[in-house]
Amino acid sequence: MLEIRNMDVHYGMIHALKDVSFEVYKGEIVVLIGANGAGKTTTLRTISGLQKPTNGQVILNGEDITNVSAQQRVKMGISHVPEGRRVFPGMTVLENLELGAYLRRDREGILEDLEKVYERFPILRDRRKQTAGTLSGGEQQMLAIGRALMGRPDILFLDEPSMGLAPILVQEIFDIIQSINKSGTTILLVEQNANMALQIADRAYVMETGSIVLSGTGSELMSSDEIKKAYLGG
Amino acid sequence: MDKLLQQIVNGITLGSIYALIALGYTMVYGIIKLINFAHCDIYMIGAYVGYFCMTYFKLGLVPSLLIAMLVCSLLGVLIERIAYRPLRNAARISVLITAIGVSLFLEYGTMFFVKANVRTYPEVTGMMAQRFNVGEMVISMQQIILVGITILLMALLQFIVKRTRLGKAMRAVSMDRDAAQLMGIDVNSTVSFTFALGSALAGAAGILVGLYYNTINPLMGVVPGLKAFIAAVFGGIGIIPGAMIGGYFIGAVEVMVSGYGGSMFRDAVVFGILILILIIKPSGLLGKNTREKV
Repeated sequence: MLEIRNMDVHYGMIHALKDVSFEVYKGEIVVLIGANGAGKTTTLRTISGLQKPTNGQVILNGEDITNVSAQQRVKMGISHVPEGRRVFPGMTVLENLELGAYLRRDREGILEDLEKVYERFPILRDRRKQTAGTLSGGEQQMLAIGRALMGRPDILFLDEPSMGLAPILVQEIFDIIQSINKSGTTILLVEQNANMALQIADRAYVMETGSIVLSGTGSELMSSDEIKKAYLGG
Repeated sequence: MDKLLQQIVNGITLGSIYALIALGYTMVYGIIKLINFAHCDIYMIGAYVGYFCMTYFKLGLVPSLLIAMLVCSLLGVLIERIAYRPLRNAARISVLITAIGVSLFLEYGTMFFVKANVRTYPEVTGMMAQRFNVGEMVISMQQIILVGITILLMALLQFIVKRTRLGKAMRAVSMDRDAAQLMGIDVNSTVSFTFALGSALAGAAGILVGLYYNTINPLMGVVPGLKAFIAAVFGGIGIIPGAMIGGYFIGAVEVMVSGYGGSMFRDAVVFGILILILIIKPSGLLGKNTREKV
């Protein structure tokens, strides 16, 4: 459903993405792994329209959306949980979730989805009147994911959802990602925690200094010697 | 005691004006981190639009007020579109310099069209000219109208910002522009909306000042603009309730200083406050040092 063709991104003189191509099929969990600065976040930002590519195409459901604005892409079914969660700190949990449904007009459907998010993350219901800035890191991550789900996305991008979380929370977040995928949402996940990410991945791509250097199914990559050495610690 | 009460009444009146102008500074700063120096000239334009509505078209206060607000919000949107938007990703200092340029352009452009001489608002008559004696205090109908309209506008603004879709979009963009875009919020139209709101309030302030002080001129915005800016900084720039509190505080201080014999020093005291805030609490009264959770 999503295809990236020969994408290049420059930040001034820096060539951040070099000829990146990959695809994500409907219903999959696809993982991008790689070290800091490999270009994973830039890739997601470019696909969701926050960053302009200097070259290449983004194709969603057969349609070239390279020149479509970020908000139009949200309308087309892309939701992006950015790196560092980026919840709106001065707004309440409920207001954050409502903003996730900003482009929707179906009052009923929004309430229904709000209920679903509360079911998935009961802590958010308890904290709905609290401002998002007062939440713990894990709660903010749940809020960020919940907020993205409020847009009823077809495809969900998650950028480092495990960053800075305690191991037990990391496990919980990964379980949640799998359950979101089971309920029909395609997932593109960027992670530094390669071990956890590959376990839930249908397919994965490995990035290094702006290029994709390896690809395969999650289990293929998990058993690859190169990957073991570079990303899985032995 | 009566003198104090009288000064408080006058302080609330003047503070209302500062608060209305300060709101525009603070909202624009909140959303694009720009001190919009042209804002004080939008206030001046509001005063002139009101003047022309009342003298040449013989309109009443309410229609003139609405027209002034409308013209000013269009002007604000236009200024943002032409002068600031192309510099959205430029260094902040470039935009700041542009804002000063726009300010001078408006001041001397207006001077070219309406001449530099002072103009006088039509004399208020009838009900509008009434004065009420409360004990030793004198409260004029104009003061009541001015403060009443200000409070009404501020309540309306609060409602728009807190309850409406566009208001929520405004707050979202001011907190995190990228994240707002990911929600599907159109940043450009949200910024335009912010300029429209802030400029409408400045326009209202302009016409109210014209009525209250009677005289207007093309450079009338400069000093009140600076003071309103100080009010916004005092309350915590970017924070809407802060601008309201700051406006009333600066108004009260100014009136007190001149009321008790220091009228020569009133500007010095207000600018002294700015220096003090910047030394003691640069984030302002309601400002918080926001820290990011990792």
